[in-house]
Amino acid sequence: MTTLTAVADGAAGSAAHALAATLTTVPATGALKLSWLLLAFPLFGAVVLLIGGRRTDRWGHLLGCAMPLAAFAYGVIAFFTLLGDTDRSQDQHLYTYILVGHFQANVNLLVDQLSICFVLLITGVGSMIIIYSVGYMAHDRGRRRFFGYMNLFLAAMLLLVLADNYLVLYVGWEGVGLASYLLIGFWQERNSAAVAAKKAFVVNRVGDAGLTVAIFLMFSAFGTVSFTGVFHQVPSGGSGVATALGFLLLLGACGKSAQVPLQSWLLDAMEGPTPVSALIHAATMVTAGVYLLVRSNPILAVSEDAQIGIAIVGTVTLLFGGIIAAAKDDIKKSLAGSTMSQIGYMTLGAGLGPEGYVFSIALLLAHGFYKAGLFLGAGSVIHGMNDEQDMRRYGALARALPVTYVTFGLAYLAIAGIPPFSGFFVKDPIIEGDFTEHGAGGWILGICALIGAGLTAFYMTRMMYMTWWGKRRWAQDAHPHESPPVMTWPMIVLAVGSVGAGGFLIINDRLQNFLAPVVGVPPVEHGFFTVAGGVALLLALAGIALGWAMYGRVPVPETAPHGSPLTVAARNELYGNTINESLVMRPGQWLTRLSVYFDNRGVDGLVNSLAALVGGTSGRWRRIQTGFVRSYALSMFFGAVIVVALLLAVRL
Amino acid sequence: MSPVHYVALAVILFVIGGVGVLVRRNAIVVFMCIELMLNACNLAFVAFARLHANLDGQVIAFFVMVVAAAEVVVGLAILMAIYRARRSASVDDANLLKY
Amino acid sequence: MSGVLAAGGTNTDFVAEETIFWILAVASVGAALAMILVRRAVHCAIMLAVVMLCLATMYAMEGAPFLAFVQIIVYTGAVLMLFLFVLMLIGISNADSIVETIKGQRLAAGLAAIGLLVLLALTIGHAAIGPAPPQNAGNNVNNLTGIAQLIFTTYVFPFEVTGALLITAAVGAMVLAHRERETPRPNQRELAARRVASGRLAPDPSPGVYALHDAADRPALLPDGSTSELSVSSALSPRDPKQEPRFVPPEETLQITAESGEWEIAPSGGADQ
Repeated sequence: MTTLTAVADGAAGSAAHALAATLTTVPATGALKLSWLLLAFPLFGAVVLLIGGRRTDRWGHLLGCAMPLAAFAYGVIAFFTLLGDTDRSQDQHLYTYILVGHFQANVNLLVDQLSICFVLLITGVGSMIIIYSVGYMAHDRGRRRFFGYMNLFLAAMLLLVLADNYLVLYVGWEGVGLASYLLIGFWQERNSAAVAAKKAFVVNRVGDAGLTVAIFLMFSAFGTVSFTGVFHQVPSGGSGVATALGFLLLLGACGKSAQVPLQSWLLDAMEGPTPVSALIHAATMVTAGVYLLVRSNPILAVSEDAQIGIAIVGTVTLLFGGIIAAAKDDIKKSLAGSTMSQIGYMTLGAGLGPEGYVFSIALLLAHGFYKAGLFLGAGSVIHGMNDEQDMRRYGALARALPVTYVTFGLAYLAIAGIPPFSGFFVKDPIIEGDFTEHGAGGWILGICALIGAGLTAFYMTRMMYMTWWGKRRWAQDAHPHESPPVMTWPMIVLAVGSVGAGGFLIINDRLQNFLAPVVGVPPVEHGFFTVAGGVALLLALAGIALGWAMYGRVPVPETAPHGSPLTVAARNELYGNTINESLVMRPGQWLTRLSVYFDNRGVDGLVNSLAALVGGTSGRWRRIQTGFVRSYALSMFFGAVIVVALLLAVRL
Repeated sequence: MSPVHYVALAVILFVIGGVGVLVRRNAIVVFMCIELMLNACNLAFVAFARLHANLDGQVIAFFVMVVAAAEVVVGLAILMAIYRARRSASVDDANLLKY
Repeated sequence: MSGVLAAGGTNTDFVAEETIFWILAVASVGAALAMILVRRAVHCAIMLAVVMLCLATMYAMEGAPFLAFVQIIVYTGAVLMLFLFVLMLIGISNADSIVETIKGQRLAAGLAAIGLLVLLALTIGHAAIGPAPPQNAGNNVNNLTGIAQLIFTTYVFPFEVTGALLITAAVGAMVLAHRERETPRPNQRELAARRVASGRLAPDPSPGVYALHDAADRPALLPDGSTSELSVSSALSPRDPKQEPRFVPPEETLQITAESGEWEIAPSGGADQ
């Protein structure tokens, strides 16, 4: 039975504010007993494709598509099974991973409302993108390896969302990090790709340290790392522990979801193939951080400070990403900045308490659809324009790639927040929530979020004008053509999601009711058309107008103009890389050089000086061997004298 | 006449012989200094024999003389052989064990 | 003297013994010091002989007559003569040079000697060496019989071993001194042939045959008045017959001998005797 302990009023305040949901699970029954299939399908695909090698080249992509589809099919079955059951948090025990003393960590699969949402998103959008990759990577020699890595990623991500304790979640966390590294650096021969992959992994590691320490802290404070165990004990653990856990989990989420200050890797990650950017760096992996935060909501409920911290991080990031997206000319990098910004919204939502968790997840699901759609569209354009990614070389592509144009356009309307498309429904409640939570600080957050909404509309309109409308600025040898059906059909399916997902989830509080046992119920009911929502819509329209004014009315220059200092800063990713280098990298290099110096001089010097000491001493001492008999006789004589002296000393 | 005088004389002669071994370079002179040391020991033995009023010391001295004689014979034969080979009788010339 | 001593001492005997002891002691210490200080090896041998004789006398005074005679006969007579024979073979004209080749050797030797002297003096001083018991006590038989009894009863095993040692020493000396002939022994015919080939058929003239002086280093005068270098042994340097004799230092002797080319001189530098 799922239990729901509700605290009556929803006024602002620490303990009373939190409508904590306590997680109680029952063993899995019926069709959910086969929930390990969700992991098994993609894992099997990955193993076969990666270990099978060149032999599987011819049919590898088919296996690589079939496995995610099979997982999606099972996911749908599981979803409907779950809907039918009254017990909606079902735990499938696979095996005992660690059993040491009092500490036990099992590999169990927790199928509940939150994880099933993610499962459907991952397998559904994932299958679409993988089918798309069949066409996108058709001319690539390493296509089979690509599908192997994608399946590996799916398996790891599914493990992440299906885990029922933080340790197994961490295994999945690391697994997606690995898959991300492999996929960003997929075109290994390119130095820039290899460097970007390494950068992504290293920056992720910083965040992983936060998650690791959080797990340590959980173990030392509560003696367990399973969700049920921790969530039951955290209210009694004291707010200090909960605050620490909250901030550490936030650090982990920053790394994985590319939030400030660990955002520098996301734009470089666009070195990977476009399907990778779509799946990993838009729809799924970067949302793992949000999943972590939402899943840990009982911990956050105890600590008001952690919530504020999360909200601030989210707000800063949404503006950060938006500014970068507005200045980048590379279509993928602009979309990456947009992703960073949207996840900032999700993080902001996660910092609002039960107010925001539902909408954070709703935004996450809708964003999965429309951002994947945007990336696949961008990939289609890149594919058609002969791997050209600079938007200054695009223009007037609407006639040449009609299907792509339509799907891209629908996703654009969704992200800009125009009703009745998805974005409007899912973004506004978060903005509304800002103003009702966290007092005066919340107003600042809310105003920033509103500015962010306008900014979103602006940079997306800019992208539309530079790519699809206006005059053509193509290269000499460009003949853009529409993509083959294997690439367009997934885009169409995702466009359907872009259009309808938001409304579907929010209207009638469908998602809210579904997720209530896991994340709690918002204390205040929202309508659709609130004041904040209206202001947001107006700002979005203003952003669109500004975009038209700068890029629609005036022809887009082919070479980037110098721009204001803000533009220059935004092109340099708001100096994020520069800050990282000067704060961390250079001191690290100095430390390394210092250590090497000390090792060479100090340690080696010590060892060498010891050797030199021995050598020098022996070099001096060997001169005692003069070869003269009389010297030897002298030493014998002295020895005899010493012996007599000793004998005498004993006697006296 | 206390035997202590004889023992003291033996000590002096022994030390003089020891210094001679260390200072002289001619091998034959070194041998002779060694003989001096042995003689000093004989004197000490005889003095102690007199002190303890038994003849053991004298018998030991006798044996010492015999052994000294044998040693001189062999030593001088070696010296002759070395002289024949190297045309030098100085102990300083046999310094091949130098570092 | 031994009889006097063996019969037991009276006061005058003690005084006599003491006087003789002191004389002998001074003589032996002086001779020992001389032995290590003189330059020529032959002189060292003479000084050693003096020491040995003094010691023999002291043995006699201490009631060890047998040992005294053995000392003179064996030690001084045989061993020391052996030394002199070897000196003859090796070279008596070489004198040790005063300069010490090893740095600090003399100083170290002096220090060691002083140290040992002090230690042994301490030992003796500390030891309880009382006066000698009367001569008669414990000596029922005379000295020789007593020694013989000891040798052939208590010390018979060392005696036998010493015998073996002597045999080994003799054999060893023979082996070491043996020289294989590399060339067959020249018979008389070959010796004669060599003589004729060298051009000097007649024996060399003896020195100073026609000279005014009768000395081995005076060369003989030839009929035309010049001197004949062949008449003087090359170990000696020939003198001008009209000149008064002068002292030739050993280094010059060596040099002249080397220049004559008839004798091989061992390399110098520490090899000088």
